[in-house]
Amino acid sequence: MPGASPSAIVVLPEERRLALQRSYARAGAAGRVKGLVVFAALLIAVAIAVRVAEIDPATFWRKIGGFTSYVDRIATLDSGQRVWTNPIEWFWGLRRWLRLLGETLLTSYVGTLWGAAAAFILCFAASANTCQSAALRFCAKRFLEFCRTVPAIVFALVFVVAFGLGPLPGVLALAVHTVGTLGKLFSEVVENADMKPMEGVKASGATLVEIIRFGVLPQILSNFATYTLLRFEINVREATVMGFVGAGGIGDEFLIAIRSFYYSDISAILVLIILTVFIIDLSTEQLRRRFLSDRVK
Amino acid sequence: MKIVDPAPAEIAGLAERYPEFLRPRLKTRIAPAATAAAILGLFVFGLVYLDFSPARLLDGLVALARFAALMVPPSPEGHFLLFAQSLAETLAIALLGTLTASILAFPFGLAGARNVVANPIIHFLVRRVLDIIRSVDTLVWALLWIAVVGLGPFAGVLAIASSDLGALGKLFAETLETGDARALEGVRAAGGARVQGVRFGILPQALPVLAGQALYFFESNTRSATIIGIVGAGGVGLHLYEAIRTLEWREVSFIVLMILVAVAIIDFGSSRLRAAMGAKSAG
Repeated sequence: MPGASPSAIVVLPEERRLALQRSYARAGAAGRVKGLVVFAALLIAVAIAVRVAEIDPATFWRKIGGFTSYVDRIATLDSGQRVWTNPIEWFWGLRRWLRLLGETLLTSYVGTLWGAAAAFILCFAASANTCQSAALRFCAKRFLEFCRTVPAIVFALVFVVAFGLGPLPGVLALAVHTVGTLGKLFSEVVENADMKPMEGVKASGATLVEIIRFGVLPQILSNFATYTLLRFEINVREATVMGFVGAGGIGDEFLIAIRSFYYSDISAILVLIILTVFIIDLSTEQLRRRFLSDRVK
Repeated sequence: MKIVDPAPAEIAGLAERYPEFLRPRLKTRIAPAATAAAILGLFVFGLVYLDFSPARLLDGLVALARFAALMVPPSPEGHFLLFAQSLAETLAIALLGTLTASILAFPFGLAGARNVVANPIIHFLVRRVLDIIRSVDTLVWALLWIAVVGLGPFAGVLAIASSDLGALGKLFAETLETGDARALEGVRAAGGARVQGVRFGILPQALPVLAGQALYFFESNTRSATIIGIVGAGGVGLHLYEAIRTLEWREVSFIVLMILVAVAIIDFGSSRLRAAMGAKSAG
């Protein structure tokens, strides 16, 4: 609206304004064409995916009502009351569930610590600045990659067959997967560590172990602790499902509740899981903050 | 050069000036040892409580070695087409699940970003809802959705979509918040309404980042989608589960290899795509 502008604003002459507007439109059009191409490619991919997974969008609308009725059912006790009106009946199995949740937490704790310890040893073999042998480095890296890429629950499935039912295969599965994820993160930290302290320790005649102890460890330990705590948070979530394949913890109880349609138990266990994860997340966040503030000092 | 030991008098002087180095307080001396002891103590308690015994570990390791020997050579045992088809189904589940999650997470991200929705109550509520969604594992979501829509890949798509909604929504909100505030201020100063400020001030810088994050989630979801079949939510996980339960170890190793290859290909393609997008948004 060039004519209506207040006098304080300088208005471009018409022909220059039009030229600018044209080049602006051109610049916009190029982006829009690119966007359309990407959008079309995505649509084609979705169409293929819908065919492959045999998903009928119409069924979705038919069944989405099932979700609300399901929520309604898991929020209702056998006596017909809403769950929150009678928490004692809702959490009738609290002691047992808390014990299983404790087992879940212990599973993830032992698994994380075990995995972190193994990752701690392996990460030096996978880092270029602490391991001279390229062959050893290659093997360590591929091993970590394998542990990382195979999901923990797949390890759990195999370990349940090998070690028998119970939390033991769950712990080992979490540990193996943790080795893969933490080993990679740890070795990245080690590779990014400052070389000067290492060279200083080496120059004073230290062995490899001494170099790592006095030249590398002081720089990296707080990072290691932070990553391990983050992994512990993730492992707590993963440990809740280990029971689905018979590897201990609260998951087994949850699976039974779902399969046998104990509706109010489903919601009660869900609430307990969510609360546990919340508490763990909050407390590890506090711990991580403390590590960080220690490092600043 | 010779290193000279400081004279005793000097040591006393040093100790007075730097007490924290030469005479560490009891607390700073004991704290690390106590922490280490507590960590180790809980670890040992865990081992005992969770029924670890050397004999059991040894038996299991021997069994594992036997399984590993039985796994070579990997072979589909005539089920290659079936496995390939269900692997394709897995990828389809990952794609549809991630896409659904991204589309749903976008409004959640907007509502959870402080610079878009100024109301602290809405902000707080959205963040907590996302936290709750996030704290439930994908496999738990899969079981719940199976109870609602029945067995099959549809439940898998919904499971991936719901567990990612929590993570992506939080990530989107944080990305929108960390954007450069000057663009938004510029649009507002030129007389733009709040909506226009979001559209022209925040979204242009955030969208490429959000797309990159969604792509990264697709990458990690190809891994999650391989396992939701274990509880019956479609994809190659079902066959893996069956093969392990029936001790068909050569099939097991074949399926795991197939998954590893598929994941590697997706990782490669998507990291190339993300690098291209990053280069574009940086330039």
